[in-house]
Amino acid sequence: MADDKDVLRDVWFGRIPTCFALYQDEVTEKEAEPFYLLLPRVSYLTLVTDKVKKHFLKAVKPEDVEEMWFEYEGTPLKWHYPIGVLFDLHALNTALPWSITVHFKNFPERDLLHCLSNSVIEAHFMSCIKEADALKHKSQVINDMQKKDHKQLWMGLQNDKFDQFWAMNRKLMEYPTEEGGFRYIPFRIYQTMSDRPFIQKLFRPTSPEGHTHTLGDLLKEMYPAAIAHDGDAKKYQVLIQGIEPLLETPLQWLSEHLSHPDNFLHVCILPVPTD
Amino acid sequence: MPVSLLWAVDVRGRVYRLSTGGQQWEQCHDAKLEFKRVTAATQCCWGIACDHNIYLNVHASDLSIRYQEETYENQRWNPVDGFSERLLPSDRWQWSDATGLVHQPLDGFDLPSGGWEWEADWHADENFEAVPTEKAGWTYAMDFPATYTKDKKWNSCVRRRRWLRYRRYKARDSWAKIPSEQSALPDPVSDISCGGWEISEEPRGRLSLWAVSLQGKVWYREGIQHHNPEGSSWTEVPVPGEVVQISCGPGELVWAVLWEGQLVVREGIGRDCPSGTAWTVVDSPSTVGATGVAVGVNVVWAVTKDNKVWFRRGVNSHNPCGTGWIGMVGEMIMVNVGLNDQVWALGSAERGLYQRQGVTASELSGKAWRALSAPRDSERSHSSASTSSLHSAGCFFTGEVRGQSAASDADSDIERERAASGGSPVPATSDAHVGDPGHTPDPALDNTPLPPLAYLGDDAPPPNARSVPKVTSDSFISELLSDRPGAGGPSAAGLPAQEEDGQPGPPPPPTTTSSSSAPAPGLSASQSRGPLWSNVDLEETQSQPDPVAEGAPGWVGPDRADTCSLSSVVTYSLALEEEPYGEDGPPMWAWVSGGGCAVDSHSQLSWFSGPGATGALVQPVQSMSLSVSPGQTAAWHQQILEQLGQRSKREMENFKHYEQAVEQSVWVKKGTMQWWRDWKPHKWVDVRFALEQFSGPDGNKDGILFLYYNFNEEKKYLHAFVNEVTIFVPVLNDSKHTFAIYTAERTKQRWPIRLAASTELEMHDWLALLSVSCCDSRGITGPPSKQAVWSVTCRGDVFVSEPSPALEALPYPTPCEQMFWRQVGGHLRLVEGNSVGVVWGIGYDHTAWVHTGGYGGGIFQGLASSTDNIYTQTDVKSVYIYENQRWNPVSGYTNRGLPTDRYMWSDASGLHECTKTHTTTPSPHWTWVSDWAVDYGVSEGTDREGWQYAADFPASYHGYKTLKDFVRRRRWARKCKLTTTGPWQEVPPIALSDVSILPCAAQSSVEVVPLWAISNKGDVLCRLGVTTLTPAGSSWLHVGTDQAFKSVSIGGASQVWAIARDGSAFFRGSVSTCNPAGECWYHIPSPPKQKLKQVSVGRTSICAVDENGNLWYRKDVTPSYPQGSSWEHISDNVRKVSVGPLDQVWIIADKVQGSHGLSCGTVCHRLGVQPLDPKGQSWDYGIGGGWDHVSIRGNSMDPPRICLPSLTDQSVPARGVPHPAHDPEGANGSAGGC
Repeated sequence: MADDKDVLRDVWFGRIPTCFALYQDEVTEKEAEPFYLLLPRVSYLTLVTDKVKKHFLKAVKPEDVEEMWFEYEGTPLKWHYPIGVLFDLHALNTALPWSITVHFKNFPERDLLHCLSNSVIEAHFMSCIKEADALKHKSQVINDMQKKDHKQLWMGLQNDKFDQFWAMNRKLMEYPTEEGGFRYIPFRIYQTMSDRPFIQKLFRPTSPEGHTHTLGDLLKEMYPAAIAHDGDAKKYQVLIQGIEPLLETPLQWLSEHLSHPDNFLHVCILPVPTD
Repeated sequence: MPVSLLWAVDVRGRVYRLSTGGQQWEQCHDAKLEFKRVTAATQCCWGIACDHNIYLNVHASDLSIRYQEETYENQRWNPVDGFSERLLPSDRWQWSDATGLVHQPLDGFDLPSGGWEWEADWHADENFEAVPTEKAGWTYAMDFPATYTKDKKWNSCVRRRRWLRYRRYKARDSWAKIPSEQSALPDPVSDISCGGWEISEEPRGRLSLWAVSLQGKVWYREGIQHHNPEGSSWTEVPVPGEVVQISCGPGELVWAVLWEGQLVVREGIGRDCPSGTAWTVVDSPSTVGATGVAVGVNVVWAVTKDNKVWFRRGVNSHNPCGTGWIGMVGEMIMVNVGLNDQVWALGSAERGLYQRQGVTASELSGKAWRALSAPRDSERSHSSASTSSLHSAGCFFTGEVRGQSAASDADSDIERERAASGGSPVPATSDAHVGDPGHTPDPALDNTPLPPLAYLGDDAPPPNARSVPKVTSDSFISELLSDRPGAGGPSAAGLPAQEEDGQPGPPPPPTTTSSSSAPAPGLSASQSRGPLWSNVDLEETQSQPDPVAEGAPGWVGPDRADTCSLSSVVTYSLALEEEPYGEDGPPMWAWVSGGGCAVDSHSQLSWFSGPGATGALVQPVQSMSLSVSPGQTAAWHQQILEQLGQRSKREMENFKHYEQAVEQSVWVKKGTMQWWRDWKPHKWVDVRFALEQFSGPDGNKDGILFLYYNFNEEKKYLHAFVNEVTIFVPVLNDSKHTFAIYTAERTKQRWPIRLAASTELEMHDWLALLSVSCCDSRGITGPPSKQAVWSVTCRGDVFVSEPSPALEALPYPTPCEQMFWRQVGGHLRLVEGNSVGVVWGIGYDHTAWVHTGGYGGGIFQGLASSTDNIYTQTDVKSVYIYENQRWNPVSGYTNRGLPTDRYMWSDASGLHECTKTHTTTPSPHWTWVSDWAVDYGVSEGTDREGWQYAADFPASYHGYKTLKDFVRRRRWARKCKLTTTGPWQEVPPIALSDVSILPCAAQSSVEVVPLWAISNKGDVLCRLGVTTLTPAGSSWLHVGTDQAFKSVSIGGASQVWAIARDGSAFFRGSVSTCNPAGECWYHIPSPPKQKLKQVSVGRTSICAVDENGNLWYRKDVTPSYPQGSSWEHISDNVRKVSVGPLDQVWIIADKVQGSHGLSCGTVCHRLGVQPLDPKGQSWDYGIGGGWDHVSIRGNSMDPPRICLPSLTDQSVPARGVPHPAHDPEGANGSAGGC
């Protein structure tokens, strides 16, 4: 029987094979070879693309270089979403590797946040963790940690150190036994068909009567359309970490095991591909 | 947690038990009797049945209760007959006790009661002082009385031998009637309470049992102990008034309630006087008077007539009376205090059972009442009966002779006979009846109050008239009654109820009756009239049975119920019961006893409904780590695993050649610690400590430890490669959180790096991290293998090492110091395994544990631990200090010593001062769980106050005072407890001192693995049903012995050897798969002048260790002569031996000298052991310094044939760091081994 630790490992070591290609119009000096990379699903685009930048800078005129940004099939990719979420949301049902176009010009100010250094990512990541802990433990756990503990979380993510990260993150996943779960489950529900960036509300892991809330319960409340009714064909795919858990999966367990390092459970809802 | 039982009686007199591991009440089906009250201890339960007799229910256990009867056969020599039974007139009896003063013929021994049976016939004891006499057990002397020897000399004129016979207590798990002694207990018993087991551990199983008679007298049962569970006789304890109820706690507390409503406290209870010396009166908490009291170790609870509950403030061992009452919330009719001072109570309104929540040592009064909602098992069975009666009152009248009537006649006859012949001695009852007039008219009709009187007078009561009491519960009855009193004669009304209860005497007014139950009128208000009627009947009915029962021992409830002719009974059972207390409704309880129920405020019980109940599911996992570990077999869980697998395949399988986005790099963890600078001046110095981890070129993780310090203003550092470290081991230290790091080299030198962290938490974090890092670098993951070598340090930490294939290779085995040890969670005193992976451990408190197959726990959380097989583990041990006194002519013994004397409060050596207030637990993770108490269990014996005397310090002490003694000391003990987690599950209920598992490989997972053990009382046990799938086995088989044992071992070909407490060895004959317990013991004399203490049996080798540290090998053991011929000396300096399935010999050596230090308690390996030279050649020294135990019995891996010194990759250098106690400087011993 697999241990749930293996789930954590599988989640952490999820990789998306990606092919980076420079935007045609920006190629100036010489033809740039596409760059192939395995991207960690749980990390952030701008955090893991130093090599990509280095590779393509050789092909671009230095004076044309502005902030690097990425786009997939015309959609600018938001670096502040975990890579896995971007992939699931935009490219799940396409052939691998995932083809991302690299830009060094015309930064889409309206769509993307600037990311000029890793400290911006760190700030974003830590604020997510803090927000999640505010929901889970009224911030008690994160506030009890020392600065170096916070650093350990970040360094764990940055350097892809599973043990280092989980040695600390474990504490964020604890809860008093008698309460049966977190205070609220930190989750975000993304959908491609809407302008809203995502849905995020307060939702407890158990009902007032003491029943365990499941993924289905969450969707019923947040996005009822995602649940196929008897007889109806399934209209939506509900994806977490690139997989479709059964609706009866307990939410608390999902939160502990399938959350991203930012401690949020990122749920993507996609229309079922028509073909 | 072992399963224990909560006992209760419902209003119909049925006894139920609720297991801490269960969810529903189980009826005690054995009991055809109806009971009024029960009082439970861990090992048994006492009850008062409706016949007013006392019954005892001893729990069945794998350990039989066995008593050895002995008598001596004496003979004198005369020239004509030689030795013959013809003695001189001045001689002792031909059959006598050991002193010769008592005539004891073989046929003069009777079984003490019907609960006993003989095990076999008499046989002569062939051994004399642990040595076979070879002369049919005869021992010789010049004359009686004299010193006997086993050798016959020319002047031996008399001889004697000892005959033995065993009797066994057979009445277990059933109600055995305690023979009533007419003379001693003239009136029926109305209340009973047992306790006192904490007063003294000796003799084993000792209990105090207090009883209250109907007349309000108090009786104490003498002689209850393990070998005599029923006790021997009753002694009356004079009381200042008439008692209605009594409560005896586990310790010295005994309180009772008087008729008038005050309470009395027994004083002077102690080890030497368990029944106490005097009573002190304590006022009732309120003006209405108390009706019930319940005491625990340090608490007293009471209930008053108005159903209020009270808690007594300030009760402790010095002040058993306490200081004042505090009113508590809730209305209860009775309370009972069980183990751990947990409180149980019956609600006044609905007679539901409540547990007091939040009762802890620091908050004895608890927080709130919580209702138990466990259903009863037998709900259905009785319900059919109920249909009959809706109208109880009506039924009541008509019912008289209903269905049962036919039978009843017959019965009544019987009753009559009995009554007539037995001359029922129950005056009390009659009195009670007199009181009856107060009853409502209806009942009165049935049982005219007069009859009882008449009964008394003529001895022949009309049986029909009085029926059997169906309702046992006094409280219930009394409650009903209490209503009435208002109407009728107040006092009188109550009486009948009391009788039933077995309550105090008739004289006092009824209301007082059931102390236990809340008799208060207020209560009854809730009751409807209808039911009341029925109750009334009950009362009446009961009164009579009492007398009858008294006389007739065989008389049992069931019969009566059927037989009793009285209408009331019938009605009751049919109509009454069902209606008011319908089976479907919640049970209505009459009495509860928690004296056998080992729960505390943290126990997770599935006895409650509501959200709290779910907690139990989560519980086992709680302490370990993140995951909630839901049923991992659930569909959703499977689905996730499957999909993750698919995801990896889909997204990664074809792209492995892609570059990783994030390169692995170095990760450093830093901290500050103190480091023991092991050169002069020796001291703890502050250092910076860092672990640098990185991925090696082959993907393996590796790391380096750095320790930066300043020396002469100069910055220096020490370092160690993680893959060379052989162990990180916590070290026993009462003030610092220390651990030690060994490499192979440092193990050889006996020179660990010793570090101290500033907090326990920090140390645990580091240890866990370092250990994981070490395991990573060696590629070790998951649970220990079946071949693993287990060891335990004196701190109770458990370590495991994976043996390399060449560990036993010849001529060059893997050096012992290279073994890598990793820690496994848990706290144990010893661990024994075998080669199919069955592993057992024993804690310091003698609890038996079985390995669940997991790893981690304790300080290892999250990733370094398995999740689904880690459980909470506790251990308890005692800390001892000594009180020393010197005699002076003026004031006798005082605590003023000579200036040269040791501290007046010290450790055993006298070198260190240890006062009660300043003595700490062995390490910070132990917490005190008891107060200081004099320890009488010192081997040399003590006087009544625990003192041991000697001429001077230090000297040999003895337990009595002589004229030459000028100093004395006594030992104080205090218990402390540790709670941790680990891959261990308790094997209740028997406490063990040794265990051994057949080391050789089993063929299949269902094959039974023989396992033998010694209980902490010295019984030899054989575990049944142990397989690799069920390593805990199913039950114990008790193997009879003539004396207590201390060590056992089972080896190849089912050879079982054991060591008795007297130091001699025994071989068990005819042990086989079909006959797992074997047939008989063969006595094997110990080596000359040595007392053996431990034995270990391998495939064919048998080794034993004696009390002087010598290791002995048993020579000439062959299949046809498994006893062997003699002991051959192998080595001295040995504490413990473990012989494995390859006949490899491993020991714990006493002292081993290295180049830089000395280590005591070192794991050593015998080199050169081979079939032709089973004793081997020399020792190889492994990890050491504080090791207490090693078990090599799992390693059955044959070494490679061609044995080159072998580079066993796995085996890495091992260094253990045990004890603090042995600093290098302290090295004064010589090198170990021989």
